Amino acid sequence: MTSIAIPSGMPQYDDVPRFDVARVRADFPILDREINGHPLVYLDSANTSHKPRQVLDVLDEHYTRHNANVSRSVHTLGTEATEAYEGARAKIAAFINAPSVDEVVFTKNSTEAINIVAYAFSNASLRADGDPRFRLGPGDEVVISEMEHHSNIVPWQLLCERTGATLRWFGVTEQGRLDESGLEDLITERTKIVSLVHMSNILGTVNATSRITARVREVGALLLLDCSQSVPHLPIDVVDLDADYIVFTGHKMCGPTGIGVLWGRGELLAAMPPVFGGGSMIETVTMARSTFAAPPARFEAGTPPIAEAVALGAAVDYLTGIGMPAIQWHEKELTAYALDALGTVPDLRIFGPTVPIGRGGTISFALGDVHPHDVGQVLDSLGVQVRVGHHCAKPVCSRFGVPAMTRASFYLYTTTEEIDALVGGLEQVRKVFD
Amino acid sequence: MVQLDQLYQEIILDHYKHPHGRGLRDADDATDRVAEAHHVNPTCGDEVTVRVATDGDVLHDISYDGMGCSISQASASVLHELLRGRDAGEAFEVHEAFVELMSGRGQVTPDEDVLGDGVAFAGVARYPARVKCALLPWMAFKDAAARAGVGASPEVKA
Repeated sequence: MTSIAIPSGMPQYDDVPRFDVARVRADFPILDREINGHPLVYLDSANTSHKPRQVLDVLDEHYTRHNANVSRSVHTLGTEATEAYEGARAKIAAFINAPSVDEVVFTKNSTEAINIVAYAFSNASLRADGDPRFRLGPGDEVVISEMEHHSNIVPWQLLCERTGATLRWFGVTEQGRLDESGLEDLITERTKIVSLVHMSNILGTVNATSRITARVREVGALLLLDCSQSVPHLPIDVVDLDADYIVFTGHKMCGPTGIGVLWGRGELLAAMPPVFGGGSMIETVTMARSTFAAPPARFEAGTPPIAEAVALGAAVDYLTGIGMPAIQWHEKELTAYALDALGTVPDLRIFGPTVPIGRGGTISFALGDVHPHDVGQVLDSLGVQVRVGHHCAKPVCSRFGVPAMTRASFYLYTTTEEIDALVGGLEQVRKVFD
Repeated sequence: MVQLDQLYQEIILDHYKHPHGRGLRDADDATDRVAEAHHVNPTCGDEVTVRVATDGDVLHDISYDGMGCSISQASASVLHELLRGRDAGEAFEVHEAFVELMSGRGQVTPDEDVLGDGVAFAGVARYPARVKCALLPWMAFKDAAARAGVGASPEVKA
């Protein structure tokens, strides 16, 4: 590699935050596996990430040493479990720079988090005294984009069906960027909420949201960002991001499945009606009526995923220990390497941005007219694990005129050697199907 | 690559690259009943439309169109070749044998006299994620036949 000398006093090449990838890989026991006689090459972290020993140990220790229900026991184990659960909430709040711990609502995943917001709108719309910010009816509009995961489409389609509101869409450009050209016409005084993906799970695009936020504020609507793919990979600061809600899921960020987060501005959560009714979310219950706890408890009915929340706290500790800016930089380098390497494969078409700017380490592509299922199958026989199909984002596939795509996605433990294995595997695919 | 060869048998790749009888056709005989069914695999977005033209006894034509992986598209080509021109009763015996083969997790030994090129799919049965691909056109065929009034069993006719 040739490099140009940078004058002293300026930021140098080595000033970028780094970590030792080999040492990180040693924390992930599953990476030692062989698949079909080949070393595992896991390129499906956008689907779910692997879990480091540090997270698995915390999960194990919770059940082995501190297992009890939370928020309802005076005994020692109950206190320990509650402290661990609430401690995890505090860690997550700090991780995303939430102004208050009470703004972090534990959910099952991002899907549930988005549904909680959509159903809170629905419930507010049914009541004459519902907060006007959440009341929807005919003439009101909800804005999403063509780039969304189904989890940020279907809840809004259902909400619009229930309330008579209209669903409107941002388009996607040929380069795989959000088409903001009609911003002023799309987000108007009729808009009540805009719900957008922060980083696309299929195109890898990271959306710049400041223009949209400014427009949302101008018209008095609310903004939800689906950060399922960004919180695991980039430093996220909710104050900086200036959204009203963000959602993300634990299993994509080295945590367990079954735990996700809804973050909302405290004042908004406090104004939202409950969605799920049950234990833990009440203030008082009589046979005549119930009153409800303040957030976050209001939105956490029933026994929550306690061990999962605690383990997500451990995952956040793990990521923070390595440093999110370093993880972001590592993935940026991997993405640049992969875009170059994939560019050498004949007949390969990348969907989404082809430069490592304003995008993350998730790359979808087509290899000639070989169907992605076949691509994935041949790669699997070589130990390379990629995702194939529509990636729960069918409108994106339709936008680019294909029924399915092959997707490789990276994380902190991914290496350039693994990208080489992918490129080699694609040669094998071409041999089988040529 | 031994394992992979079991999945992508030469016969399957050949049907995929050179599909037999592809394209939806009108019936040659205007008195035939014609019906079709469109099936999708929601997990991968593969889709196929199968059209059956029959006088109620003989399946005069089975035409199809679709897009999807090599397994689903080759399976449609084999389906066409095996069942077109057959007596409906016979066709459903073949159908049953193919479904049995695909549901057998690789433990069923296929009968080449019944299944013809369909025996090449024996390896696919070892890949649970791909069984649905192979079955997609066969399930669409069953629906299309039922709509044309030649169901294999009363519940299919209903």
